[in-house]
Amino acid sequence: MGKAVLALADGTVFDGQALGHEGETMGEVVFNTAMTGYQEILTDPSYKGQIVTMTCPHIGNYGVTQQDTESRRIWAEGFIVKESGRRPSNWRAEQSLDEYLKESRVVGIQGIDTRELTRHLRETGSQQGIISHVDLDHRRATEKARTAPSIVGRDLAAEVTCGKSYEWTEGSGSWTPVTNGQQPNKPVRRFNIVVYDFGVKRNILRRLVDVGCAVTVVPASTPAKAVEALMPDGVVLSNGPGDPEGVPYAVEAAKALIGTRPILGICLGHQILGLAFGLKTYKLKFGHHAANHPVMDLRTRKVEITSQNHNFAVRPPEGATVAAAKPPVLTTPFGRVAVSHLSLNDDSVEGMVCLDQPVLSVQYHPEASPGPHDSAYLFEQFIGMMEKSHA
Amino acid sequence: MPKRNDIHSILIIGSGPIVIGQACEFDYSGTQACKALREEGYRVILINSNPATIMTDPELADRTYIEPITVDVVEQVIERERPDALLPTMGGQTALNTAIGLAKRGTLAKYNVQLIGASIEAIHKAEDRETFKQVMQRIGLRVPDSGVAKSREDAMRVVERVGFPAIVRPSFTMGGTGGNIAYNREEFERHVDWGLAMSPVGEILVEQSVIGWKEFELEVMRDLKDNVVIVCPIENFDAMGIHTGDSITVAPAMTLTDKEYQVMRDAAVRIIREIGVDTGGSNIQFGLHPKTGEMVVIEMNPRVSRSSALASKATGFPIAKIAAKLAVGYTLDEITNDITRVTKASFEPTIDYVVFKIPRFAFEKFPGADQTLTTQMKSVGEAMAMGRTFKEALHKALRSLEVDRYGLVSLRGLDHGIPDGANREELTAQVRTALQTPHPDRLWHLADAMRLGISIEELYTLTHIDPWFLDQVRELVDFEGRLQAASEMLNVKSKKLSDSLDMELLWEAKRLGFADRRIAQLTGKTPEAVRQQRIAGAPAGTTGGVTYKRVDTCAAEFEAQTPYLYSTYERTCEARPTQRKKVVILGGGPNRIGQGIEFDYCCVHAAFALREEGVETIMVNCNPETVSTDYDTSDRLYFEPLTEEDVRNIVDRERPDGVVVQFGGQTPLKLAIPLERAGIKILGTSPDAIDRAEDRERFRELLNKLNLRQPASGTARSAGEAVRIAAGIGYPVMVRPSYVLGGRAMRIVYDAAGLMHYMATAVNASPEHPVLVDKYLEDAIEIDVDAISDGKRVVVAGIMEHIEEAGVHSGDSACSLPPYTLDAAVVDDIRQQTVALAMELGVVGLMNVQFAVRGGVIYVLEVNPRGSRTVPFVSKAIGVPLAKLAMKVMIGQTLDQLGFTTAPQPAHISVKEAVFPFTKFAGVDVLLGPEMKSTGEVMGMDADFGWAFAKSQSAAGVSLPRGGTVLFSVKDQDKPAALDVARRLRQLGFRIEATRGTAAHLRQHGVDSDEVNKVTEGRPHLVDHIKNGEISLVINTVWGQASQADSASIRREALQRGVPYYTTMPGARAAGMAIEAMLKKGLTIRSLQEYHRPTMKSEG
Repeated sequence: MGKAVLALADGTVFDGQALGHEGETMGEVVFNTAMTGYQEILTDPSYKGQIVTMTCPHIGNYGVTQQDTESRRIWAEGFIVKESGRRPSNWRAEQSLDEYLKESRVVGIQGIDTRELTRHLRETGSQQGIISHVDLDHRRATEKARTAPSIVGRDLAAEVTCGKSYEWTEGSGSWTPVTNGQQPNKPVRRFNIVVYDFGVKRNILRRLVDVGCAVTVVPASTPAKAVEALMPDGVVLSNGPGDPEGVPYAVEAAKALIGTRPILGICLGHQILGLAFGLKTYKLKFGHHAANHPVMDLRTRKVEITSQNHNFAVRPPEGATVAAAKPPVLTTPFGRVAVSHLSLNDDSVEGMVCLDQPVLSVQYHPEASPGPHDSAYLFEQFIGMMEKSHA
Repeated sequence: MPKRNDIHSILIIGSGPIVIGQACEFDYSGTQACKALREEGYRVILINSNPATIMTDPELADRTYIEPITVDVVEQVIERERPDALLPTMGGQTALNTAIGLAKRGTLAKYNVQLIGASIEAIHKAEDRETFKQVMQRIGLRVPDSGVAKSREDAMRVVERVGFPAIVRPSFTMGGTGGNIAYNREEFERHVDWGLAMSPVGEILVEQSVIGWKEFELEVMRDLKDNVVIVCPIENFDAMGIHTGDSITVAPAMTLTDKEYQVMRDAAVRIIREIGVDTGGSNIQFGLHPKTGEMVVIEMNPRVSRSSALASKATGFPIAKIAAKLAVGYTLDEITNDITRVTKASFEPTIDYVVFKIPRFAFEKFPGADQTLTTQMKSVGEAMAMGRTFKEALHKALRSLEVDRYGLVSLRGLDHGIPDGANREELTAQVRTALQTPHPDRLWHLADAMRLGISIEELYTLTHIDPWFLDQVRELVDFEGRLQAASEMLNVKSKKLSDSLDMELLWEAKRLGFADRRIAQLTGKTPEAVRQQRIAGAPAGTTGGVTYKRVDTCAAEFEAQTPYLYSTYERTCEARPTQRKKVVILGGGPNRIGQGIEFDYCCVHAAFALREEGVETIMVNCNPETVSTDYDTSDRLYFEPLTEEDVRNIVDRERPDGVVVQFGGQTPLKLAIPLERAGIKILGTSPDAIDRAEDRERFRELLNKLNLRQPASGTARSAGEAVRIAAGIGYPVMVRPSYVLGGRAMRIVYDAAGLMHYMATAVNASPEHPVLVDKYLEDAIEIDVDAISDGKRVVVAGIMEHIEEAGVHSGDSACSLPPYTLDAAVVDDIRQQTVALAMELGVVGLMNVQFAVRGGVIYVLEVNPRGSRTVPFVSKAIGVPLAKLAMKVMIGQTLDQLGFTTAPQPAHISVKEAVFPFTKFAGVDVLLGPEMKSTGEVMGMDADFGWAFAKSQSAAGVSLPRGGTVLFSVKDQDKPAALDVARRLRQLGFRIEATRGTAAHLRQHGVDSDEVNKVTEGRPHLVDHIKNGEISLVINTVWGQASQADSASIRREALQRGVPYYTTMPGARAAGMAIEAMLKKGLTIRSLQEYHRPTMKSEG
């Protein structure tokens, strides 16, 4: 196994072994604490611009299968694991992680103290870094890490969105979440919806199909008018990489669409809605990248365990804490907006609901993949909004 | 939702004695529950018959009943204490079954006691196999095809449908007791009969086998707002077909994709909702087809379990504590995560290390037991290890087991390649056969198979162990090859063994978890040389390269406030030792027969005592079941193997003021001398004094010096020498290897032939491993004494008279405190001898002495200058926390300062009784002897001996009859004693049945008795009578091998039918006294707080 080096902009360096494609890669280094789902993570377009560290020490155990991809390719800029393993084992495995990374020309490193790296990122915040197999010199690597582009203010969605619109028809099949003991109710009618692709994960599309939607995916820059021309019953603003302030055109489109038809925002889509409502967003110290984050639905005060992957968040209004008795309500140009979900870990905003318009958004990933299915109900709520607006 | 205010007092039922399938984990959960509920201001009432538990410490509950856990007794507790609620989910199957019994009888309704934690309906849905199956089908989940049977005919009908192999599972038993796999009709009939007999409700489930499927367990918690979290997915290394308690298990799950895991998680959430466990935890087991991904639900436990203890230790998420809080109305989001102190319990732990749990077996104690691992649990303990990788954790777990294997050592001498002249094909064939049936040594057989070049594919076919796991093991075997090759090259080059290994290779080995010892073995060095090389080449900031990481529930996303640590070879260390005054306490490691919960109890008390004195406590242990490995027990917890290497590493890092080796049993005691040699301060009694007591020759000198008597003895270094010694001192003799605990390989032999046989088969005598030969004192009374000394003053805390005669291992013998037959002068003499021994040895701390008394003469059998198995029993009997006092003495306080200068002389009688695992081992004889076989103990307390003994029997699961027929079949020399017992029972209205010789003797002395055939004398014989349910008590003593074999079927049948039996006359006599007491007056109960009102704190 060849050698490799990981250097962070602050001069922290780790020597390890090469993983995946031989080369060099740069990006913002973040960590994800999910114990399963490395393939979904690698192929999640929201990781554009980032090098992902997995805190779970064995990654690659069950190999890779085309069925579990969240997009057409790997988007993470690099991959850091403790140990990738030489022999994957699972009945669906088609190839090993190392082969997959090589084939996808993704540079990785393994054999480093990923816990030390994680603790360091927790303390200092996520920062730029480089993985290199070709130049192992610590000083040069650190220099290069400092030149790596930041994700702040960048329009990364433009780099990951689809080239042109398309229809999506595949559902979750045998992986459909079943949390209540019954198969989900068949919807009363079939809704046509448009999904803005800011870097959409396939499982959002699959889940929409599951609940009975006819799905049209459109590129990130599609103007609101073009969407309205499609006469959809609802619009989904998808997840995507980076900073919502990097996609002002999307915020404009959202403003134009609010009130015209039910809207569901997920992750970046939620932040875009936040900006559209006139709220502020900010960058988190090291983001939320996990499959175990508790979020409270303030309307029911029930907790759901969620899948999360974001570096920015909507700035909460004063007094928005889990402990507060009532969800805070803001007045916006579009009417009253209530904070509907908060993180139990850090009280950050995890969801909003517009009380005067059919708009619902969450910071986390109701489509899971990877992660628990606790929030699957949100797709049903979206259907409910569309049913109501048709009633 | 805040806690409930409509309830004020809560009854908790414990799990009773340690048995296979129910061990310390329920002390851990019960202790957590008591603490959590009292913290919330509830009045806690506890019942548990096991004195060796922390939960039965009087400080932990407001009322503690050390009484038998039966419906009758618990009803009395309820009547006396009037609790508002009953929490039945902390005491394993015992508590659950008792709660069901109370509900059925109407007791709960009568006294208006609410069941919290799990409703009767939920318990029924989860535990009744047929209902469970229906519920699963209703929510769209698959279970293996099965049917319930109440008879052999029913069972045959079901098996025609589900086919072979078929699994037989008795209803309402724990640890899979009575469960089996049948591959054919004949086996099936046998297993069905046994299963029906073992089920308390005479019901079994016959189930389609899913042998070879992958097995997973999820620990699930739910609160009354319907929030559900999965604490930890655990994957079994061993595939379906082996009881999970006997399986190697790993956390997190290793071979599940996220898609598969989430389907399983969804299923778990639906199951806990549908079953209706609405405030607490459950364990759910799944099978997954390795080639199709098809999932079946195997079972659910609607309570905390062994697996939940494991999951708690594996993640840092205290399931029992949180389950207790949920039971009183809190929701998960209202409970703070103790480890981070900023996040909430409403989350799912994520771990950045690998946890490896491996079972500890004790088959060497049960010759003749079938060692095949099946659906019935057979292991007696377990060790857990953590490492940053699976391989590291595996290696650490192997050495935690303490089976003298420091790695994947070859069982066939293949450590250095295949030896010249060995037949490779024969070896390969041997390994294949060994792997065909699951066996405790399977992991080592696998390594040998790999050394012999058997492919992963073939190994998978043989074992169904997932190829990912197999390949991990293979990586270790491959690396051993690299180590050897490197050291050979080194040796060829320089012709010197002292040369160092390549540093990078050494670090790689350490990262893979290799023990110094194993590296030394493979490279021809000494462990110390490997250690020194590590220290010399260690990276800055580490000692010897070791780093410690924290268990934090969140993979470092938040800062851990709790120092719960494991070692690994990484770059940064998170130990952050303090500069405070601190002491390391070494625990006892995995439970085994001879070393169990009693020692953990002592370690925990040591920690509590030090905390009271403001000294920082550092616990080292590797047993996930225990209270000692609760991160709450000590200031710092190192979850580490208890080997010299691992302990020295910790001491190097922590630099403590001293190390305590007295409390964890033989495990830490063995380390005393090596640690002292390494310059580490041992607190309390000096290692030299320990050696003086352990070393036969030095011990003899000690006794001579004190003018104390011991049975004639000698030390044999060869078989010939043993025979010479025995001839000199006269038969019968007791023989055993030196330095053993629990009477391992100890036997009484009656003649030279027997001795030769023993020397040839049971031990391997050598100058390094001598065999001790002692005169066996027939029919002597054995005495156990626990004392405490500060070096100046000795207080004899408890003198226990054994019920069974000397020769029955003290751990297997019942005993009475105070003595119930000895006269005061003898007792006083024993006390004085104990004091003399403690003073001479310079004991600082605890000491245990075993004496034998015959014809008024006192013999010293052995002295153990450490905490003994009886310390918790004595502490509870006299109301003084001995281990705590001992710890304080060891850090310099005097007994005067502690106010403990004389032991209380309680007016009540306390009886300890041992509990045996014979029902788990079909075909094993139940006779008692010098080799310890019991797994646990119970305590009976009452004003008189009869009732105290009766309670101890009831607590041990023996229900003494109040009438009926007693069967006598005794050896000649017991006939006079039998006469006494028979006469008394006859007077109490029993009918007496006896074999010819015994019957004649009884009649001759005027006791009516009916004669019955022995098995060899034609039918109907006595076993027929037992089978027909005509016998209510069996008294059977034997002498010599032949009569043992003849009468084994009597004892076996009695065991199987649940008929009480006694195999010693003193035991029978005590039973007679107990029956008399039971017939004279009714059962009365009292709490520990009432027994010890003046000496113990009560009413918190």
